Amino acid sequence: MNFIQQGFAWIFDPVRWSGPGDIPSRILEQLGYTFGAVAIAAAIAIPLGLLIGHTGKGRDVAVALSGGLRALPSLGLLIIFALAIGIGFKAPLLAFVILAIPPVLSGAYAGVEAVDKRTVDAARAMGMTEWQVLTKVEVPLGAPLIVAGIRSGILQVVATATLAYFASGGALGVFINDGLVTRDYNELLGASILVTALALVLEGIFALLQRLIVPRGVTAGQIAEVRSRPTRSRPTVGSPIQEGK
Amino acid sequence: MIEFTAVTKQFSDGTVAVDEFSLVIPARQTTVLVGSSGSGKTTLLRMINRMVEKTSGEIEIDGESIYKLNPVKLRRSIGYVMQNSGLLPHRKVVDNVATVPLLNGVKRADARQAALALLDTVGLDRALADRYPSQLSGGQQQRVGVARGLAADPNILLMDEPFGAVDPIVRAELQQELVRIQRDLGKTIVFVTHDIDEAFLLGDQVVLLEKGGRIAQAGTPAEILSKPANDFVATFIGADRGRRALKVEVVNGRNVVVDADGRPTGVLQS
Amino acid sequence: MNWVVNNFDLIWQLTLIQVTLAIPPIILGFIISLPLGWVANRFKLTRGVLLTVSGLLYTIPSLPLFIALPAIIGTGILDPINVVVGLTIYAVALMVRQTADALASVDPGTRQAATAMGFSGWSRFWRVEFPLSGPVLLAGIRVVSVSTVSLVSIGSVIGVTSLGYLFLNGLQRDIPGEVISGIVATLVIAIVFDLVLVFIGRLLMPWTRADRARVSKRRVREAQAEAVLS
Repeated sequence: MNFIQQGFAWIFDPVRWSGPGDIPSRILEQLGYTFGAVAIAAAIAIPLGLLIGHTGKGRDVAVALSGGLRALPSLGLLIIFALAIGIGFKAPLLAFVILAIPPVLSGAYAGVEAVDKRTVDAARAMGMTEWQVLTKVEVPLGAPLIVAGIRSGILQVVATATLAYFASGGALGVFINDGLVTRDYNELLGASILVTALALVLEGIFALLQRLIVPRGVTAGQIAEVRSRPTRSRPTVGSPIQEGK
Repeated sequence: MIEFTAVTKQFSDGTVAVDEFSLVIPARQTTVLVGSSGSGKTTLLRMINRMVEKTSGEIEIDGESIYKLNPVKLRRSIGYVMQNSGLLPHRKVVDNVATVPLLNGVKRADARQAALALLDTVGLDRALADRYPSQLSGGQQQRVGVARGLAADPNILLMDEPFGAVDPIVRAELQQELVRIQRDLGKTIVFVTHDIDEAFLLGDQVVLLEKGGRIAQAGTPAEILSKPANDFVATFIGADRGRRALKVEVVNGRNVVVDADGRPTGVLQS
Repeated sequence: MNWVVNNFDLIWQLTLIQVTLAIPPIILGFIISLPLGWVANRFKLTRGVLLTVSGLLYTIPSLPLFIALPAIIGTGILDPINVVVGLTIYAVALMVRQTADALASVDPGTRQAATAMGFSGWSRFWRVEFPLSGPVLLAGIRVVSVSTVSLVSIGSVIGVTSLGYLFLNGLQRDIPGEVISGIVATLVIAIVFDLVLVFIGRLLMPWTRADRARVSKRRVREAQAEAVLS
């Protein structure tokens, strides 16, 4: 475990905690990409996903689209954007938005779709407008999966943001690049530990958030439900397998 | 009064669920639509609050076409109770009952107050008001469903096999409760079931449906029992079997009523 | 376009390398997660532990993992084994949960009926539970396949050659056609793999084609949604 110590030694060297391009500013850049890209992706994908889930139309298109976007290698995407619109933060951001759309979109439509159709039917029969059905029934009940989608998007981007340095976009990958260029394995390990720690911290925060957001009444009856419908009552909440984590 | 005139419903896959259906459902009485699956009974029920739209024909409530009304407004003026209660799992019992009044703009405190009173009406302990639906038994959930259906004080109450999913003992309780509530409130109830016993128990008017919403016979339970219109009706109500085919035997000088199998069911009082 | 025509051999070679690096993790991931998923589904205690550990493994970003693996397993930093091992770890991390969910998706009534008919535990698993959980397993493998194919290229950042070479070289020499050819080749591999998996699924699970399997279709849809989310 010597190498891990060396990685930590690299991280905690005071030199790296002040001045331009220090660890805190690189972490902020990494987080900036993460939340920026997921916010933009959410602004596009959540309304779209809710619409698809609510109307049941366009689901197949959404599945195909998500699948196709997932197959795109983010490194290639990021580089082609960098060649097309120039280096800086815009090209990586664009690539990360595309990376974050599939999980956020699937979360949104799967969340709405997972709501018991009979509950939705009853809400409509009581005289809720379509908007009320969506906002008062489908969104609150689908919230766990909607948040799971956002969580998944955040974890994919926080991992992949490391690649931003290919477009001279900063973030923690700069250290990895330095380590590769100077063949400094300690720096590589230190940077790797930082990226991993950041991903784990965000994962923990979102796992907690997701637990809090499950509607009260749904948790109340869950003990009985877990046994009968294990795949439904406990949404899968892994983290990303994606490019450049 | 609800009046169906030559109503047809063809679904997008081509199946004709209801074909040229006409019926008058009198006000302040219970009309039971009874039939097997595929008889179109639920489709007919759901056409009254426009959860299912007609293909052709006309449905009027008190002489006014429901197609001139906004479907959302129409639904808020009609109570609806369904088989699985359809309660919103993320809202407490009292909020579930108060849903429609709140949609109609009633103040929150007033709506909750009224909801608590409705729990009394359907025979539920007010202590359950702050529970979530998943914490109630099936029978209790159905009672909440009935309370919710009554919450906006609608003239019409639509009930889609509301007691179909509870065990026989609870079902019998709920049926008696509904009879009592209807005696007190006098709503226009349209009730869908496949259980002929339930139909005879609850219905002032019973409408027996064949496939495609064809009316095999409509009338009071006594009329149908005493004069089944055809073999289908006779078979469906079991007129020649069991406790529908009673006869009198004299035992120890009393008139004892026995069923088709010869099992005694009671004694005639003279 | 010119570049693509002139360098078709290179693209083809790199495509073969990408395929060679992607196949072992997909297969190993499936095989390794089968017993782990079974254990996770069978015992409540192991379920929590296994799913938490696989969840955490899954959270480790791939580039750091490729960098750290040589130090852990003693390989050279340029060794392609690092990429294969790293991607296998992700495949297992995803498939353990998916396998557990797949086995849990088997109708308990069917399972009890199989027991009542006299299947032993071992044969019940292979003849009833495993085939019936097939559709959900397949949905999981398809997700693993797409991710693995796309992730292989990250290896080139640390010097393990694959289609990722086209991205880095294209960036250095400013040849968009080179980068695009890498992206397209990756997509083609992903699509071919997916078609192969679907075909294998049809072959091994003919009953899922019938329309009456609507219930299980719904489960598969849910499983797909969940797998895509993870």
